[in-house]
Amino acid sequence: MSDLSLAHPSPIGTKEKSFRARAIQAQSRPALYGPDLDLTTFSQPTEQRRQRVEALRSLEQQVRDAALLAGIDSEEAGRAASYFQIDYSAIYERIQRRYQGQVELMTTAEALQSYDWLQDYWWQAVAVDQDKYTAATELAQTGGFFLRVFAGQRVTQPIQACLLVQENNISQNVHNVILMEEGAEAQLITGCTLHPHVETGLHIGVTEVFLKKGATLANTMIHNWAEGFHVRPRTGVIAEESATFVNNYILLRPVRSVQAYPRVVLRGAGARAQFNSIMVGLKESLIDMGSYAELAGRGTRADAISRAVARDRSTMYLRGELIGRHNESRGHLDCRGMLLSEHAKIHAIPELLVDSAPRSQLSHEAAVGPIAEEAVEYLMTRGLPRDVAISTLVRGFMQIDLPGLPEILTKHIQRVLATTAEHSL
Amino acid sequence: MDGSNILQLDQVSIEVDGRPILHDVSLQIRPSETHVLFGPNGSGKTSLLMAIMGLSRYRVTKGRIRFQGQDITHLPVDERARLGIGLMHQRPPSIRGIPLGQLAEVSAQGKNGTKIAELADQLGCAALLARDVNVGFSGGEIKKAELLQLMAQRPALALIDEPDAGVDLDSIVVVGQVLACLVKEPSGEAVAPAALIITHTGHILNYLRADVGHVLYGGTFVGEGEGLQLLEEIRKHGYGKCPICRSHIPVQ
Repeated sequence: MSDLSLAHPSPIGTKEKSFRARAIQAQSRPALYGPDLDLTTFSQPTEQRRQRVEALRSLEQQVRDAALLAGIDSEEAGRAASYFQIDYSAIYERIQRRYQGQVELMTTAEALQSYDWLQDYWWQAVAVDQDKYTAATELAQTGGFFLRVFAGQRVTQPIQACLLVQENNISQNVHNVILMEEGAEAQLITGCTLHPHVETGLHIGVTEVFLKKGATLANTMIHNWAEGFHVRPRTGVIAEESATFVNNYILLRPVRSVQAYPRVVLRGAGARAQFNSIMVGLKESLIDMGSYAELAGRGTRADAISRAVARDRSTMYLRGELIGRHNESRGHLDCRGMLLSEHAKIHAIPELLVDSAPRSQLSHEAAVGPIAEEAVEYLMTRGLPRDVAISTLVRGFMQIDLPGLPEILTKHIQRVLATTAEHSL
Repeated sequence: MDGSNILQLDQVSIEVDGRPILHDVSLQIRPSETHVLFGPNGSGKTSLLMAIMGLSRYRVTKGRIRFQGQDITHLPVDERARLGIGLMHQRPPSIRGIPLGQLAEVSAQGKNGTKIAELADQLGCAALLARDVNVGFSGGEIKKAELLQLMAQRPALALIDEPDAGVDLDSIVVVGQVLACLVKEPSGEAVAPAALIITHTGHILNYLRADVGHVLYGGTFVGEGEGLQLLEEIRKHGYGKCPICRSHIPVQ
């Protein structure tokens, strides 16, 4: 197990050293996966503090359009609460009146000032010294939100959080904490995106999620980046008894590099995790995406489904790791990649480890291949031209159930999928 | 060339994956005629249909295929479909992420008045509309799904590959009756479509009348006659000794 511990440092870090000291130690530590970035090449924004807004609809149209493509509705129709950050500054937080008292949504800085107990969660689901990106977030944090759903509250409409980069070549280092109290239920849409004139830069998003007994969070993350942009999300989730974590990840636009390996520890009995990822590799994109679930509690279950389409000169690594630590645990990885270019690359790496729990049942299926010519011609026999048949099949390939989402959001994602797939394919 | 034919094959030879399968096949089908194709396993019946549809594995190495007078020998599959050739596949692929209802709409090619739900009701397969095409479908369901798409397309020429194979008795009644309607009743067009149907067992002839039957043997046509009569001969004597085709079978 020692090699595994190295690959995924324990979330329950020792507190012998302060976080800052540990971060300093780790500030030049490359990540285990993905290309190593020189963080000194990114600059500070010229506008350190952006103006707050009274309403999201007052944002300039280009920003609103970019946000909309990432699932963020600036009209806030059908949204329970909204958080909006541009570069380093939170410019808007709002909870709809009917959800006040059910939800708290504020900057993490404000939350840390308000609640001493938040220190008990800080850097507990993600290790501060995991790599230079977590270290940079500790040493030079630039915003992030704190979301708390109170015990027993069922938030029926999605909460939305937008992290937008507007200035070129900056590093946005956000640290988010999500606390779902006992029996709480919510859906969160995190839209991470750019102002259309941004060409390069870095987004580091540390997100620590704590699911108390019986809590459910469906987290949908829609990423829209640019050809020269780098992204390093660092997500850690700790799920207690009967808690459920659903993670939908959607990436349909080019990116220079994105590397993420969200890590879920199903600590309590009956806890569940479901990962669904839909990704399209375009142009020179390097996408290194995984999901890690540790099945520690009795009756825990994890499923990870990923669908990846590689075009152009893109490179995609599809990772998945299940660790069975309890005899009554089950997990399955379902990973499919489709290659649509002579120059694209997909590397599927599913891993299963059963550790001292011989009755834990883990399985995986992985397939990487071209689009089936037989299927293309089948659709052509119905009158579809070849290119339309291909894009129809690609869209179908990426069509997976995204559970735990309201219909309005599912429709929105299907729309984004359809338009983006058509546009890009 | 006879312009009154809907389909005309002149001395057509076909290769599959570089292997010669059919040679010197000639065939004329007039509007609204129903033709059936008999022949032992491996005689090239399916290859002939696929080549008429234009699927890429089936390459015409000699001769010409004309549809409504137009040379379609080298036309892409989708253009043939849009001209009015429809294919009911015997073993269609499963397509994940595309519901049958959506593909049936695609097959209708925007034709006014095609009501997919009504057609599905007629076939008793309304429950399949929301399911991914052919994924987990039974043999009978696959036939109904294929027939639904063909009906939605309303082709001028229907190529039908073994509608009676691998289907339970209940389904064959439905498939047979619907197919009979399709090939004999005007479906909004001025005339009913012509059809070329492959059948091994001949069950489908309990439901519709074939104007002409052909026997494929040894890679070419060896016999022709009225559909049912030809089937009776084959049943009685087998392909090798069937009097109608016997004289055409080359000495082995």
